[in-house]
Amino acid sequence: MKTNVVLLGCLSLLSASCLADNGDSSAIHRSAGADQANAGLKLPAGFKAQVVAENLGAARHIAVTPLGDIYVKIQSSKPGKAIAVLHPTGSGKPDAVKTFGTYRGTGMVIKDHYLYTSSDEDVYRYQLNDKFEVMHPDQPEKIVTGLINRHQHESKSIALDNAGNIYVNIGAYSNSCQQQDRAKGSKGIPGCPILDSAAGIWQFKADKLNQTYGDGVRYATGLRNVVGLDWNTAQNQLFVMQHGRDGLFDMFPEYYDLQQGNELPAECMYALKKGDNAGWPYIYYDGIQHKKMLSPEYGGDGKKTGGADAIDPVVAFPAHMAPNGLLFYTGNQFPERYKNGAFIAFHGSWNRQKGQKGYYVVFVPFKDGKPSGNWEVFADNFTGVENIQSPGQAQHRPCGLAQGPDGALYVTDDVKGTVYKISYSGK
Amino acid sequence: MKKIAMIGVALCATLSFLLAQTPKKPAGSQSSVTRGKKVYEQYCLTCHQVDGSGVPHLNPPLIKTSFVLGDKGKLIQVILKGMQASEPIDDEYYSNNMPPHNFLKDQEIADVLTYVRRNFGNKASAVTTADVKTARAKN
Repeated sequence: MKTNVVLLGCLSLLSASCLADNGDSSAIHRSAGADQANAGLKLPAGFKAQVVAENLGAARHIAVTPLGDIYVKIQSSKPGKAIAVLHPTGSGKPDAVKTFGTYRGTGMVIKDHYLYTSSDEDVYRYQLNDKFEVMHPDQPEKIVTGLINRHQHESKSIALDNAGNIYVNIGAYSNSCQQQDRAKGSKGIPGCPILDSAAGIWQFKADKLNQTYGDGVRYATGLRNVVGLDWNTAQNQLFVMQHGRDGLFDMFPEYYDLQQGNELPAECMYALKKGDNAGWPYIYYDGIQHKKMLSPEYGGDGKKTGGADAIDPVVAFPAHMAPNGLLFYTGNQFPERYKNGAFIAFHGSWNRQKGQKGYYVVFVPFKDGKPSGNWEVFADNFTGVENIQSPGQAQHRPCGLAQGPDGALYVTDDVKGTVYKISYSGK
Repeated sequence: MKKIAMIGVALCATLSFLLAQTPKKPAGSQSSVTRGKKVYEQYCLTCHQVDGSGVPHLNPPLIKTSFVLGDKGKLIQVILKGMQASEPIDDEYYSNNMPPHNFLKDQEIADVLTYVRRNFGNKASAVTTADVKTARAKN
């Protein structure tokens, strides 16, 4: 008996040492309960998921035509690989994937008989025929050009209203407008000059060629970076999801502990009116205290509030989850409570410590243009791992959202280039 | 019975000893690696991640890249001066800028780079304080 115990102890010592050698907390644990019937996703009762396409590359935003064809913006600069076109057949899967265009980028919207797309500097549109097929894939009209791209927050995400305007995100090429970007203790630049040409939403005409800054209007400012945005047709208003700032704990440990760095600031949804200011870089939104706080780069200390002239968010989500897709649901397939509510695709965090968060699609019910309940996780398990420590471990990361003509919800993944179709059958 | 237990303990000790000896690392750099891990956790981990895998498209990985395994002087300059997002690493672009970390002591830089070059599947020579001093003198 005693021998066995000793040997057992010895064995466990052995295995403990082996584990320690392999690099402690980064070990990946496969999710045990993944439901392959729903393409590995966890969904509310009555919903089903299907993989429409895989291995498209870094699939960013997506649009579906009234006839069910799917256009996906691929973040690749490879020749002819900018946009993937899927024409689903009877099985729901396309027989072949066609691609065209040569430019990186994220934006992808269909409005009337045009497909609008964006690179990291320009906005294009392609005319569609009566079957909603791109007529001249090699001859897009360049409607906006020369937008600033300094690599950081470079996505020029787009949305269109019903009055002939297109809204373009121009993200800040900085975390918090410091003298030295992301440097410990570095102060903010007074009168942040980035706001002149970035960190906001610009409005242009949807049908005018070669517009640049001088032709557009800075519609809203003080938005660090917006990847997910959508025109809410019920409210006739632009809604955006801001990527909140990083590094409160890393750069200002005198004011914030690790836990606060993990949980601050909130990822915010804003409803915008022309001329609005959301406050970046001078303030951030504390979703726990529900207050606008002065940024430490501009004299804040984690306690001082600020931003008297800045708008408040409509919804505040946990920090760092990276909202990359926003869609207001107008379909009839899903149950009534989903109508006019918001779906948000969270790409998932990287700058939390000791465990990441997000990597799911959430839903916020809306009534009369305002949230009518708490947000809830709608589609989960994209990562395929439990207790994710680092984004590199994620097998899939949600990015873009679109609604099909039948009311199904489409979700892209930019790790493996998967397109998911989520439908409701009630069963 | 007591004898068997003693043998068990001895066996266990021997095994543990052998285990501790492998993989063999050059004498002297082990403590540098241990200190370097602490520096890594404080200043590098958030961006480059617990497993050195970085963040796809945002922050570069530290696993077998030409910067990490290559010229020590060049690598030390990345720590001292930071790195702009416009500079590609093995033909990939990463969106976030790295700030300078010139406030770190020579010993801390030597330790953290030795740790990075010996961890995450990397096998490259240690970085010494003399290397860091030489690199600093060039600026």
